[in-house]
Amino acid sequence: MAAMLDIKDINVYYGAIHAIKGISLTVNEGEIVTLIGANGAGKSTTLRTVSGLLTPKEGEIKFLGETISGLPAQDIVRAGISQVPEGRRIFANMTVMENLELGAYIRTDKEGIEKDYQMVFERFPRLAERKEQQAGTLSGGEQQMLAMGRALMSRPKLLLLDEPSMGLAPLLIREIFNIIVDINKAGTTVLLVEQNANMALSIANRAYVLETGRITLSGDAKELAASEDVRKAYLGG
Amino acid sequence: MDFGSHLIQQLINGISLGSVYALIALGYTMVYGIIKLINFAHGDIYMVGAYVGFFAITVAHMGIFPALIVSMVVTGLLGMVVERLAYKPLRHAPRISVLITAIGVSFFLEYGSMYFVSPTPRTFPRVFETEGLTIAGFTVNGQQLLIFAITLVLMVLLTYIVQYTKIGKAMRAVSFDTETAQLMGIDANRVISVTFGIGSALAAAGGVLVGVYYNSIDPLMGIMPGLKAFVAAVLGGIGIIPGAMAGGLILGIIEALVSGFISSTFRDAAAFAILILVLLFKPSGLFGKNTQEKV
Repeated sequence: MAAMLDIKDINVYYGAIHAIKGISLTVNEGEIVTLIGANGAGKSTTLRTVSGLLTPKEGEIKFLGETISGLPAQDIVRAGISQVPEGRRIFANMTVMENLELGAYIRTDKEGIEKDYQMVFERFPRLAERKEQQAGTLSGGEQQMLAMGRALMSRPKLLLLDEPSMGLAPLLIREIFNIIVDINKAGTTVLLVEQNANMALSIANRAYVLETGRITLSGDAKELAASEDVRKAYLGG
Repeated sequence: MDFGSHLIQQLINGISLGSVYALIALGYTMVYGIIKLINFAHGDIYMVGAYVGFFAITVAHMGIFPALIVSMVVTGLLGMVVERLAYKPLRHAPRISVLITAIGVSFFLEYGSMYFVSPTPRTFPRVFETEGLTIAGFTVNGQQLLIFAITLVLMVLLTYIVQYTKIGKAMRAVSFDTETAQLMGIDANRVISVTFGIGSALAAAGGVLVGVYYNSIDPLMGIMPGLKAFVAAVLGGIGIIPGAMAGGLILGIIEALVSGFISSTFRDAAAFAILILVLLFKPSGLFGKNTQEKV
């Protein structure tokens, strides 16, 4: 079976900086795949390239058999990929409800959208209590939940998560990661970028380790978590 | 006339002038909010709106309301064409390049209009027969009533569009964070184009109303009101829609009071003194607040 997401040997530049140097990776339907690595390794750049905010100079990205590299971001959402950006990037000057409405921007099926609001509120009860509140007044954890709920509103086939644990307390991180597993069980494929390698490897099926724009290791998440090299470099011994 | 009634009469005049400033200021502020450009050609868009209204009335023999709508539609489309041809190719250029282009577009519209419609001022036909209102001794003439009514309707309509419609929410999203808006599937280029269209249509309405009010239009009529509307937008807080509405009204009232109680020679000076004071003491404007990000 062909992979859902197939990244083939992409090179991405920020101006003169060669940020991604020939990365290839695949995500199969139903999986949680994680991309781990240090700050500046190119994890976020990879996600931003998949979601169309950046265009690879060389190489190709295929999603469900169609080439998506080179398409503008708004068309990639329509293809079925939704991103929770790094730093959450919620619309702080709008209400929680308006943020979710924007998440459903590409959809026109009123009933389905209503149903999905309920789905999001069931998954994140705290958002339901704060529907009419300005999103900027939410706590960091609630903002992360809103960013995830907003991304789910487009009914993505593939969910890209960029550092969902950033800036959150350990208990909250556990909660967020449990929700990621639930979302995956409900049928959404997940590509997760994390600096918190321990947490990421604990929920992922497969993992790729990124170092200065290149993939240095890849394989089964459990095996990588047990490997000596990974433990030393990313898991604190 | 005693002091009190003189004051009220000046307030009435100020609000009608201020309404027109507000209509123009809205376009400035919406465009700034979404692409951070001070569109210096905006005053000239208002001038074109006045001329489209003029020709709709004199050549096509339309009534004031159809002429107003035709002017808003045609000028709105012109605004979108200007954006597409002059500003869109510079989306990733330094801001100063876009600003200089805006000044170029301004000259193009001014002198292009002179070429096509001649520099001679035209007399705007008296299309709105003025059966003024006299309430407790104060006169509100018919044109002023027209200005109040049209401005009010347009502001309510705009507020509705921005707050409650899909395109309005998309406009707010793009204005807050263009990149994330794109991740929602919003086509930012289309939203920017619509913003120019709406802003230009509002300015066109202002142009037609001024034609009706002052009876005279010419190709350079947009320069001063354009600058004043810019002051109004900054006074209210550039990028903030209610700020532009309030800023326009406040500026109009101040100008009317200065001309009524001091001398009309000073009214332009008063407007620019306000700009200087705002920039010195509250650069974010009356409605502006310092934004902070939660980490």
